[in-house]
Amino acid sequence: MKAIKKIYLALVFLFLYAPIAVLIFFSFNASRTRGHWGGFTLRWYRELFNDPEILRALYNTLSVALFSSFISVLIGTVAAICIFNLRSVVKNIVLHITKIPLANPDIVTGVSLMILYVFVFHFFKFGNFGYWTLLLSHIAFNVPYVIFSVLPRLQHLNSNIFEAALDLGASPSYALRKIILPEIMPAVLTGFLLAFTLSIDDFVVSFFTSGSGVNNLSILIYSMARRGINPKINALSSLMFLCVIVLLYLVNKRDIVFSKLENNQGDNENEI
Amino acid sequence: MKKVFLYSYILWMIIFIVIPIILVGYFAFTQSENGVVFFTLENFRRVFEFVYIKVLLRSINLALICTLICFLIGYPVAYIMADKNFHFSSTLLFLFLVPMWMNMLLRTYAWLTILEKNGIINSCLALLGFSKINLLYTNQTIVLGMVYNFLPFMILPIHTSLKKINYSAIEAAQDLGADSFTTFRKIIFPLSLPAVCSGITMVFMPAVTTFIVPNLLGGGKFMLIGNLIEQQFLRIADWHFGCAVSLILMAVIFFAAIIFSFVDTDDEGGNLF
Repeated sequence: MKAIKKIYLALVFLFLYAPIAVLIFFSFNASRTRGHWGGFTLRWYRELFNDPEILRALYNTLSVALFSSFISVLIGTVAAICIFNLRSVVKNIVLHITKIPLANPDIVTGVSLMILYVFVFHFFKFGNFGYWTLLLSHIAFNVPYVIFSVLPRLQHLNSNIFEAALDLGASPSYALRKIILPEIMPAVLTGFLLAFTLSIDDFVVSFFTSGSGVNNLSILIYSMARRGINPKINALSSLMFLCVIVLLYLVNKRDIVFSKLENNQGDNENEI
Repeated sequence: MKKVFLYSYILWMIIFIVIPIILVGYFAFTQSENGVVFFTLENFRRVFEFVYIKVLLRSINLALICTLICFLIGYPVAYIMADKNFHFSSTLLFLFLVPMWMNMLLRTYAWLTILEKNGIINSCLALLGFSKINLLYTNQTIVLGMVYNFLPFMILPIHTSLKKINYSAIEAAQDLGADSFTTFRKIIFPLSLPAVCSGITMVFMPAVTTFIVPNLLGGGKFMLIGNLIEQQFLRIADWHFGCAVSLILMAVIFFAAIIFSFVDTDDEGGNLF
């Protein structure tokens, strides 16, 4: 029975990792044609760093992910605190509207934002699609995710400590900074990571809102797919795969160390 | 001071959530001829023409098949990993997350190399002396691409809920003489049902709307509802019809969400059985 379980898991992982293995394997392929092995080479890795189109797309992807997650965390956290303090009827309305983008299909979000931009450009006879529309769209779809990762944390917060701080003479803004913010920080970080991941992986919304001159990696790959993907992209994604593995491994390891530390502390407290 | 922040968020929300949807609705219910815009239901009548209804039904059909397969593959995986005697579960969970950080287009595209006429599977078949088979550009290929992309969305919620099950409930069932299958049927599965429902929603929604998978693996031969919308906006530039299709799609999604939210909010989870 145990063997069957292991074989079953192995098969599922084979299914999940087969395309990635193929991708990495063919990044070392000297032949340009897909699926035809022409010998080992590191050429694509060298050429990757001299390709302005790919580097530009990489820069756009990373900078949009970074800026959009940073800005959406700012907007989302402030909004979450405001929403939390609202009275029930207004709160429900705002929450339900904020929930719409979470349920909405990507393609509808993309299309509706595109219409919004066209409408604004038309109305003001000013502006065009480009980096800014891309960034703005990413912020727009990230904000609700941040709000819904911060709100539960606020709800679990003990409201007495905030009032205690006020009683001890702290101004509301000081208490907010010293009491509320440190308490909700983990949720804010989760929101940031979530927003960053969503932004870096997004294709559909970017595709509809970026305009013709500005590419991110997903759009570049999509436009390449018709004429055949450049092996340089394979090389780039192999490198990115390596980064992700190392990064996630480090985060995981840190978590394990932390949880061990916490357990130890817990044990000590129990002994006392 | 606080009011300023609140009103700015409400303004932001109106600009980026409410107005876009109103605009979609506006385009869906109008037509323009020679610069004159007028109200009409013509766009919706067109959506219900046979050609487009077929596209909609095909999308829902493929997405349902994909969801079912994800459930059948994913539940056992989550179940095996949630076993408390299973040591590698955190590492394996980590390995499930890694592919989600890779570019989805690229991973889907890599399937072409595996499945195409001179691809890896066919080369292996040829080596073994079998004749080559056509694996690409069929409905099955599209379902494969969907399952591949959305399987983790099914596994993760189910795994989390199985992990949370109080082990005493299982032990109690065993003490009362239930065999392992009865325990599963009466205790474990009902308790994981809300997670199954959220898994189903999380797989079904992206599956029904995707246009990347059919574009890459269907060779443009199979039109799904996502392709239809993309085509209306970027190739044909018939926004009115595109918006009507988008509204219908939103309706399908919200309908599905409402159905599953009934089960989802039900904390007990077991009442249905």
